[in-house]
Amino acid sequence: MSIVDLKRKANLIRQDIITMLVPAKAGHPGGSLSAADIVATLYFKEMRINPQEPNWADRDRFVLSKGHAAPVLYAALAEKGYFPKDELLGLRQTGRMLQGHPDMKRTPGVDMSSGSLGQGLSVANGMALAGKLDKKDYRVYVLLGDGEVAEGQVWEAAMAAAHYKLDNLTAILDYNGLQIDGPTDSVMSSAPLADKWRAFCWNVIEVDGHDIEALEKAFAEAKQVKGKPTILIAKTVKGKGVSFMENQVGWHGSAPNAEQAEQALKELREEGLSLG
Amino acid sequence: MANKAATRDAYGKALLILGKENPNVVVLDADLSKSTKTAEFGKNYPERFFNMGIAEGNLLGTAAGLAAAGKIPFASSFAIFATGRAFEQIRNSIAYPKLNVKIAATHAGISVGEDGGSHQAIEDVAIMRALPNMVVLVPADGEETRQMVLAAAEHQGPVYIRMGRLEVPVLFDEDYHFEIGKAKVLKEGTDVAIMANGLMVAVALEAAELLAGEGISVSVVNVSSVKPLDEETILRVAKETRAVVTAEEHNIIGGLGSAIAEVLGEKLPTPMVRVGLKDTFGESGRPYELLEKFGLGKEDLVKAVREALAKK
Ligand SMILES: Cc1ncc(C[n+]2csc(CCOP(=O)(O)OP(=O)(O)O)c2C)c(N)n1
Ligand SMILES: [Mg+2]
Repeated sequence: MSIVDLKRKANLIRQDIITMLVPAKAGHPGGSLSAADIVATLYFKEMRINPQEPNWADRDRFVLSKGHAAPVLYAALAEKGYFPKDELLGLRQTGRMLQGHPDMKRTPGVDMSSGSLGQGLSVANGMALAGKLDKKDYRVYVLLGDGEVAEGQVWEAAMAAAHYKLDNLTAILDYNGLQIDGPTDSVMSSAPLADKWRAFCWNVIEVDGHDIEALEKAFAEAKQVKGKPTILIAKTVKGKGVSFMENQVGWHGSAPNAEQAEQALKELREEGLSLG
Repeated sequence: MANKAATRDAYGKALLILGKENPNVVVLDADLSKSTKTAEFGKNYPERFFNMGIAEGNLLGTAAGLAAAGKIPFASSFAIFATGRAFEQIRNSIAYPKLNVKIAATHAGISVGEDGGSHQAIEDVAIMRALPNMVVLVPADGEETRQMVLAAAEHQGPVYIRMGRLEVPVLFDEDYHFEIGKAKVLKEGTDVAIMANGLMVAVALEAAELLAGEGISVSVVNVSSVKPLDEETILRVAKETRAVVTAEEHNIIGGLGSAIAEVLGEKLPTPMVRVGLKDTFGESGRPYELLEKFGLGKEDLVKAVREALAKK
């Protein structure tokens, strides 16, 4: 898929995020929007997957470690055809398929249940180890939050991934600078972030998380690196694409009302049109 | 019962009282201070407030150290993360050395609602109750929460307080008196007793009213102190009614129903029905819809009472 087509997909994903959050009345727009370009690049370019066969043994895997960003994953899965788009409107509602946080038992295309932060990299390591054991060539992708890396388990997993030379694993860190209680630097600083991962013997690529071309290149490089795992430290803007949500900590975990959504969708549609 | 308030709001306010009265009280959170309501304490007493970031194991471990050095730490997060992620830190660094840490968790149970099963603690009472030295408390409303938080600060040793996200009916005023280790008979009855805690106390009172209309006399007991358990009151009421229904927003394995069954089983075998989650995880949805769906509505309690009566 061409760069401009990927940009269109990311734009559609952003529109779907806003649309599904309105009837849900709760959920997490900020960290979903910041990850839209990353997830679009993964699902529409990078990953070897087949929506007709969600449990295909040779598929690439994706673990949404920052599970609260479920809307971005659901939008990508629906856009890709894993389930009808109508399901998006049932997000978080009683008896419906799309849970507040990803649930692999209920939703086709979700490779791992998540929502409790800090656990996803360990799980991705397990999938990558299994791939090596089975001599399969699938790759494993895992998306982490920058607040999430305060969890000690992330660093246990970081050590293990390097120890087991998991070069079939690519982590992406959504470096948006915000968590719930404020800027990550003031709540619990993780600086120097890239140096920490380097010190843990990872191949580190610092990249603009909204530059799809750069993301593509970074993913390609990750595949070439042998003997160690790669992490993309993807600089992003929380709430990206919706002017009044950008860099606003308050939009971490509250859904837009109908009026706010209309404004957001107007901006996103305009952006979509500008892509031609 | 028009008035409603969330237990977590009462917690936030009680912390402000403690902050003023007791310079040894310190508060820790893990990036959820707006939701757990510790943020106000943080604003008023910034030097005694520590945000640990998203790191619950470190949160509880640090609280243990503060307690070992003479502070009275209140450590807060959602119930699932506070008790689940940090379980073994609680076990070995807090309960085992009997350190004076207060684990004040919010967002327990399925009434968390939309966030779904990953965020709904349904096993926290069971795992906290299994720890020697741990006191386990589940408030029914805001006033009880306020008194509980103050009592926890006075108590020497670890305490787990289980609060909710939802606004729940106001049941008590300042005349109510909470005490660790005491159950409260809220309504005397002769045919059957409902022993409940948390938001199920309000539901139990409603069910008792419905049943009174049918001529069934129901005792309602608020067992907010799950551990230590008020065996005396439980045995007395069970003896009078000879049928017991337990009601909790928790798995029926290991929580209040189990605690009461343990006592009755050994000391006064009594026909019993446990109302709670039937060994199942929760899911996303509107809180009250979920409570109905998972069998925690007042009709479910009425049905359970009939079952218990039939066993008599
Ligand atoms: C173990 C755990 N603790 C706390 C939470 C509650 N929580 C959900 S999102 C969040 C903040 C996440 O911040 P970050 O990782 O930076 O994500 P992003 O900014 O990409 O949304 C927190 C504390 C959780 N889901 N899991
Ligand atoms: Mg962030």
